[in-house]
Amino acid sequence: MIYFDNSATTMPDESVLETFIKASTRFFANPSSLHHAGMEAERFLQKARSQVASLCGVSASEIIFTSGGTESNNLAIKGTAQFYRNRGRHIITTQIEHPSVFEACRDLEREGFQVTYVKPSENGIINPEDVEQAITNETILVSVMHVNNETGAIQPVEKIGQIVKKQPQILFHVDAVQGFGKIPLNLVRSGIDLMSVSGHKLNGLKGTGFLFKKQGIHLLPLLSGGGQENGLRSGTEHTAGAASLAKAARLSFEADMEPVWHIIKWMRRQLEDRPWVNIHTPASKAAPHILNISLPGLKGEVLVHALEQEGIIVSTTSACSSKLAKPSRILQAMNISSELASSAVRLSLSTRNTMQEAEQFIDALDRVVPVLAKKRNERT
Amino acid sequence: MNYDRVLIRYGEMSTKGRNRSKFTNKMKTNIKRLLKDDRIGVEAQRDRMFLYLNGASFDDVREKLVHVSGIQSFSPVMKTTQNIDEIKEAALALVQRTMNGNPASFKVNTRRADKQFPLDTHELNHEIGGHVLRETKELKVDVRNPDFILTVEVRAEGVYLSSQTIPGAGGMPAGAAGKAVLLLSGGLDSPVAGYMMMKRGVEIEAVHFFSPPYTSDRAKQKVIDLANVLTTYGGNVRLHIVPFTKIQETIHKQVPENYTMTSTRRIMMRIADRIREQTGALAIVTGESLGQVASQTMESMAAINDVTNTPVLRPLIAADKLEIMDIARKIGTHDISILPFEDCCTIFTPAAPKTKPKTEKVQFFESFLDFDPLIEEAIGSTETIVLPNIESEMDELL
Repeated sequence: MIYFDNSATTMPDESVLETFIKASTRFFANPSSLHHAGMEAERFLQKARSQVASLCGVSASEIIFTSGGTESNNLAIKGTAQFYRNRGRHIITTQIEHPSVFEACRDLEREGFQVTYVKPSENGIINPEDVEQAITNETILVSVMHVNNETGAIQPVEKIGQIVKKQPQILFHVDAVQGFGKIPLNLVRSGIDLMSVSGHKLNGLKGTGFLFKKQGIHLLPLLSGGGQENGLRSGTEHTAGAASLAKAARLSFEADMEPVWHIIKWMRRQLEDRPWVNIHTPASKAAPHILNISLPGLKGEVLVHALEQEGIIVSTTSACSSKLAKPSRILQAMNISSELASSAVRLSLSTRNTMQEAEQFIDALDRVVPVLAKKRNERT
Repeated sequence: MNYDRVLIRYGEMSTKGRNRSKFTNKMKTNIKRLLKDDRIGVEAQRDRMFLYLNGASFDDVREKLVHVSGIQSFSPVMKTTQNIDEIKEAALALVQRTMNGNPASFKVNTRRADKQFPLDTHELNHEIGGHVLRETKELKVDVRNPDFILTVEVRAEGVYLSSQTIPGAGGMPAGAAGKAVLLLSGGLDSPVAGYMMMKRGVEIEAVHFFSPPYTSDRAKQKVIDLANVLTTYGGNVRLHIVPFTKIQETIHKQVPENYTMTSTRRIMMRIADRIREQTGALAIVTGESLGQVASQTMESMAAINDVTNTPVLRPLIAADKLEIMDIARKIGTHDISILPFEDCCTIFTPAAPKTKPKTEKVQFFESFLDFDPLIEEAIGSTETIVLPNIESEMDELL
């Protein structure tokens, strides 16, 4: 199997799994317990937290372990919006966000907040000036993703952060789920107050993630309970999960993305030579592991299944939206027609993929597409 | 450009005679254990040691090496081929990294071990120095008193360049000078005393007196944390946690209040001496500093020391509190030490302890009771923790 769907999820790293299993047996006690076993678990959790913090260049008390990207995004957006609702009721985000940001904002709209969804330019990149123009004196939060999950476009979060930070009352949240560990991001220089990260995109495990919350910023927790994670995320701490996340994060920071970059560039050149392929991932300012393409006239879903027959796993748009059978909201925001958007397919690689796999993919595409086109023509 | 090896120079160790290989081997194991990186190879030579980084980051290694006792200084080294252009390029990169944007003076120091090399030392100095000077702003030559020296060593297998010498911790490798028992309370002084001894090559068996339920598990954890910090200075530390409640309660009942402190210390010393015997240690180390508290007056020390003939080493005896605090900060025990958990000494402290206790008097007070069975019982239920244990287990998982 050639797995090109790493933006949907990655295969857990062996050593991360090992950490998870060992930690689950060795440090299973409740970190909040007073006994010795509890203290050990607490200490272990603390170490995992410190490791994550030092990778981000922040302090350990600023890391909240969560169940993943969706929870981190919800906690960041709803948590701060609710806490600071008396400061203002306006939120700025973009049209290309992940559903966990987009829908969280929709929820807030129903609760009386105003949300501006900034439109990207045609290459899928948000213009910082558009964000600046959307700011009003009611604005309390700006949420922009680092790397788009469908196109791989890197958003200018540093520039946006610098704009946002001119107004001390506005918080800046970055959904870094797709970029973390792959593309460097300086939290301080980018003026980031909140950042969401998920473990399973880093060869870690599902159900793990964290939210960075800068010291001094408050938020209203989503869950009521025993007040774990500094009162911000109740529920018995997932010690082994946190440890696996810390390990996966470390490994991904240590991993060399250069070979992936090289493979993606080669694939891009190959695809550019094929007039029947459109590429929606910007040529520059894109993550080194994502390529979004469409084959006009061919439904994305059909191509996904045809490639699957060849042992190649790719996906249409994002996994979270692909079952909706609607053309990608993100591609449409980039002024791509809904017809073309519904033929889009996303290739997302990881450091485990090889050049040989990329060659096999191109071969398979060349084989499969004429057959599909022929079938389609026969039908019409 | 990456460093590919680290040159380590020994301290006093290199002046030792026949024991030297024992010392260097000890240091080699200490370094290996501390670095915990399988990529790094360690080669101990007669007068210096090499670490082969094999891709490991020098910055990480540096952070750990500065704490290892027995190291006089160390330098990151780059290796090139004998190609002169390559040497010049590496020299330039090294110099600029060393200057880090600041003006500086330097000189080149070349050793030509490979006499086949076409240029002689003088020519090499000139070639390399000239190239670096031309390409670098705000750099000048000063052969008398340079800010740094660029050393170039030409050997048959390649050329080694270095421009940085980082001072080490000095002293002797931990464990090379035998073993001692350290009375480790949880305060500021005792960890510093332990560190000073470790720096002189002493392996530490730490003894802590624990009085549940008067003192909590957190207080115990604090001592474990302190002992753990000590392990970063290049040796294992065994921590013996002695249950002390019963003895303290007995003393409290038996001995007049102003003598309880003296008596408590005497029993502690007896227990420490027993543990010393069991572990094969030769001395007892305390963090005492003359006149700091009632138990540390000359009279008190005499009355307490009365229970044993074992050498009692007091590395901080003449140090001021501020000096001790400075060292504690430097070695990373300060912040743990100041955590506010009750320890066994503060709980039973009398309002007015004797500052000039009389040995005969305390002997007389203690004569009404046989402490031996209590001491035996406490030693029998002592918990021994080998450090770093769980910490390293945790670190490996992450």
